[in-house]
Amino acid sequence: MIDLHGLSVSFGRRSILKNLRGDLRGKAIGLLGPNGAGKTTLIHTLLGFHPPSSGTAQIFGLDISAQAKQIRALIGYMPERDSFIAKMSAVHFVRLMGELSGLPSEAALERAHEALFYVGLGEARYRRLETYSLGMKQLAKLAQAIVHGPRLIFLDEPTNGLDPPARLRMIKLIREIRDSGYAHIVLSSHLLLDVEECCDEILILRDGQIAVYCNLEEERKSNRKFLMLETRGDQTKFVKALQGLGCEYAVSSANRLKIVLQEGVEVRDLYRIAEQEDVQLRRLSYKRDSLEDIFLKAMENGYGGL
Amino acid sequence: MAVYEQTYKPYSGKLTPEWSRFLIIPRHAFRAVFNSKLFTAFYVICFLPLLVEAILIYLHHNFTALTIFQTNARQLIPIDGSFFETFVIIQGCIGFFVALLVGPPLVSRDLRNNALPLYLCRPFSRTEYVMGKMSVLLILLSWITWIPQLLMFLFQSYLEGFAWFRSNLWIANGILIASLVWILLLALLSQTVSALLKWRIVASGAMLGLVFIPSVFAGIVNFIFQTRYANVISLFALMGNVTAGLFGTFDRVAGRVQITDFNDNVIREIVLIEPPLWLCWAALFVFSAVCLAILHWKVKAYEVVR
Repeated sequence: MIDLHGLSVSFGRRSILKNLRGDLRGKAIGLLGPNGAGKTTLIHTLLGFHPPSSGTAQIFGLDISAQAKQIRALIGYMPERDSFIAKMSAVHFVRLMGELSGLPSEAALERAHEALFYVGLGEARYRRLETYSLGMKQLAKLAQAIVHGPRLIFLDEPTNGLDPPARLRMIKLIREIRDSGYAHIVLSSHLLLDVEECCDEILILRDGQIAVYCNLEEERKSNRKFLMLETRGDQTKFVKALQGLGCEYAVSSANRLKIVLQEGVEVRDLYRIAEQEDVQLRRLSYKRDSLEDIFLKAMENGYGGL
Repeated sequence: MAVYEQTYKPYSGKLTPEWSRFLIIPRHAFRAVFNSKLFTAFYVICFLPLLVEAILIYLHHNFTALTIFQTNARQLIPIDGSFFETFVIIQGCIGFFVALLVGPPLVSRDLRNNALPLYLCRPFSRTEYVMGKMSVLLILLSWITWIPQLLMFLFQSYLEGFAWFRSNLWIANGILIASLVWILLLALLSQTVSALLKWRIVASGAMLGLVFIPSVFAGIVNFIFQTRYANVISLFALMGNVTAGLFGTFDRVAGRVQITDFNDNVIREIVLIEPPLWLCWAALFVFSAVCLAILHWKVKAYEVVR
């Protein structure tokens, strides 16, 4: 979907994005990174707002420099900042945005109504945008981003400033769009929870470089050294045998154990010991890394790349 | 995406041709412009001089009316190049005030509300945006300048006969070019001021100042140095010269000043020379180029801090 070919962006002498390479294919990609990492600049560059200083990128096989217009016809963009056209009702605003995307006037009006109903602003669609609350403005921004039915939607901090119910509503909408299968989503956010709830892949930027790009579910499972066990039988003997293998452990309750496997020790060794000590292993699970763990690791480690 | 379905679906209908999309902006802008009853009333008043013009043309050819008013056609203003030039100038001046009312908020409002990224993230270029915003004024001003003036020319031709039409076709040429140049300058000036200043009142004041202050300054310089060359910085004077040139009434000798002694004997006579026409055209060209350069610099999705 998005192919980065050594994409670099500089503002004057300041290098913002440095030689980004990769092939982003996820259905919903979370764009993470500390402030100033280059998240918004990457989105803006893909939208054609900033020219690359070197390298390029392709979206759906179209070059961002040479075919910017064709790309923009396939993209919806919800900006981070408060953005609207003054003295317009929401339906007028979304209709105008639809028309600018190439929809005929009647179709744009119809879809504007539908998009506003879809995001939950159906009852307030004839109100002027200036009178909207922050949450409603965010929803109106989402409506204008989807009115023309784009194949890729960039959402820049979509839950900024929303109260918990409004945030949940926004997350639900993003997930629905993702699950519809018609559109890819790139979600830039500081809130790890938002990304965790909506995205299947994450791209973590640090100092303008790719620190991590991974499938969230696979990355969570990748920490295979930390196990949680539920046993039945005499746990003391089993624990002693584990010590013999050099594994660190912690007993969390009468029949629950947390184990850190040492190098060279495999799960099958645990089953062997359990059989020897006449202990049943009723449950064995890997501890899953949270997105926060992955993010913090990315911030600590060097640049991972793809 | 029908209302009852409440799901996200892509758009698969027809798209409007790309070349026509800049016209979406004036179509939506007119709705806002004519929402003001005050402006609508003013715009209607703008047609009054044209009514006077039509009456004068009609009287020239209506012997019954001339008899009633006990006058003859010779006593009335002659219908020639100067007649049309006068009305082109009158309508041009009125057009300036229309531009002053409509022009300044067009871009400034978008800049104030961060709306530019919403326009430019679509298959809609910066050039199309500027063209769209300028065409709001170009269309409004066309309806009170060259379109009715050409209709008056045709009206006069109809009453006078085809021979008059053929021998005075240059007048139509003058009407068209002089009006188009003036409305183009007004549109460029108002958009430039609007792009530089975010607040409507300030932008309107700046536009007024940019037109009148150089004119006053040129008048002072002309008076002190007994010349007319300072007119190159006055938009009104430049346009007056260019219009006169197009209607064949331009005379470089703008006047003569006689310097006398105490006995009223002429010591010296100074001829006030207007700048040549080519210089007037060149000054207007430079003015337009500066406006376009400023628009190119200011009309961007995001300001980049280098």
